[in-house]
Amino acid sequence: MYFDCIIAGFGGQGVMLMGNILAYAAMAEKKKATYMPVYGVEMRGGTANCTVVVSDGEIGSPIIQRPMTAIVMNLPSLEKFGPRVKKGGLLVVNASLVPEKEVQFKGIKCLMIPSRDLALEVGNERLANMVVLGATVRKSGVVDLKSLKKALYPALDRRYHKMIDVNIKAMERGARFVTEGV
Amino acid sequence: MAEAEFIKGNEAIAMGAIEAGCRFYFGYPITPQNDIPEYMSRHLPDVGGTFIQAESEIASINMLLGASSTGARAMTSSSSPGISLKQEGISYMCGSQIPGVIVNMSRSGPGLGGIDPSQGDYFQATRGGGHGDYRTIVLAPHSVQENYDLTMKAFDLADKYRNPVLILGDALLGQMKEPIRRRKYRKKEFPKDWTMTGAKGREKRLIKSLYLSEGELTDHNWMLNKKYQSMKREIMFETQFMEGAKLVVVAFGSVARILKSTVQMARDRGMKVGLFRPITLFPFPYAALDKISHSIKNFMALELNTGQMLEDLKLSVGHKKNQVDFYGRPPGSIPSPDELFNEIKKIYKKRIG
Repeated sequence: MYFDCIIAGFGGQGVMLMGNILAYAAMAEKKKATYMPVYGVEMRGGTANCTVVVSDGEIGSPIIQRPMTAIVMNLPSLEKFGPRVKKGGLLVVNASLVPEKEVQFKGIKCLMIPSRDLALEVGNERLANMVVLGATVRKSGVVDLKSLKKALYPALDRRYHKMIDVNIKAMERGARFVTEGV
Repeated sequence: MAEAEFIKGNEAIAMGAIEAGCRFYFGYPITPQNDIPEYMSRHLPDVGGTFIQAESEIASINMLLGASSTGARAMTSSSSPGISLKQEGISYMCGSQIPGVIVNMSRSGPGLGGIDPSQGDYFQATRGGGHGDYRTIVLAPHSVQENYDLTMKAFDLADKYRNPVLILGDALLGQMKEPIRRRKYRKKEFPKDWTMTGAKGREKRLIKSLYLSEGELTDHNWMLNKKYQSMKREIMFETQFMEGAKLVVVAFGSVARILKSTVQMARDRGMKVGLFRPITLFPFPYAALDKISHSIKNFMALELNTGQMLEDLKLSVGHKKNQVDFYGRPPGSIPSPDELFNEIKKIYKKRIG
């Protein structure tokens, strides 16, 4: 089993947290995982991205040029990483910020998630990242949704643990969107 | 076995240090290693240790010299320009035979350069770096687990040889997070009959690097040289896919890590490529590479610089009819496994067909 993924958006959308949770979920399933934040002179409001690799065996490079999966949370990220997704790969798009007409790629699966609407449904638009993460995990099967939920505990600082329930709801909502299409 | 923990590379170094008994840390902030002082400042007081943010890099290396001369386990960390500032102190530590662990999570140069991963400090690290005829042991981890394990080892080696030990990494190894397993550190005891602990009730001791009597400094230098030679028994390296290899790619640290994916890609495509990864950069595994060159003739060094470890590779296998090729990527961007594959493919085609 091998999976790699680039998660990108602008600062504040919680893309680094998404990467961390995914890696923790993989660990909970006794898999190997690497998490590599983009490293540059970045600032708030700038772009942010991280790379997560999950495998049964030893992981070589934590840096991936052409990922199997990319999650793009805004338009600049789509432009940068959309064309890089490997043939047959998966592109998960935050449809609340990226118009569908921009998503024109051949040979890959594209999953449009109206993350803001779904997040508002479960209570708060800031949960959009968890909606998208839940959807990605359901679609790719990289880890079990159960492991993803459990990963919130080690990934979040204790003072945010009271938010775990609502984060779980957001993940479930994203996953349900993938299975039911609404 | 302990449960796996998900840890940032820099933090793994700090964790390993504290578990190996490091009780003094001195440093001055610089990207990309600030997680090390941050961790130390939070956790050293819990174990009765001392954290000092010094006024400069020069102050911190001399604080390390002072703390270590009492026999305590102590560490400093910085990044390339800061490590340059520490060179005078490192030279004095070597001349006075004072142990200590120095971490260089290097950035790019020359000068202030940038903050990208770089291996441009290879010469500085392996050839001494400061003035005088000296060497430090240099350990080059390629994973977060190794950051942790090799930091523990660094303290033992420093005490064993009464010599500074340098850990050489970069932003990739410092910023990456991976699961690691902690292990119980078994402290080895080393003679401390040289330490400055107060001379009450015993003969006085002197730690110095100034030798003015006739012949004294010559003898001192030869004695140090003998010590550096004896470090050969600490040589560490890793190999992968060497069986039937026609081309051996040689790399350390972050590039070696990326190459592990590349070599797998090459093997999947039927190319007979093996990987040789020096873990100790000083002492360099010359003999091991020389031995390999009896059956394999083609070598290629890959580095995040314009050719430094390449020289050591040539010293190992550059004789006879061996081919030594090179791909360098000076700092600015990190090469992906695919990019490295294309570079290796070119050489493979040219040398093997």
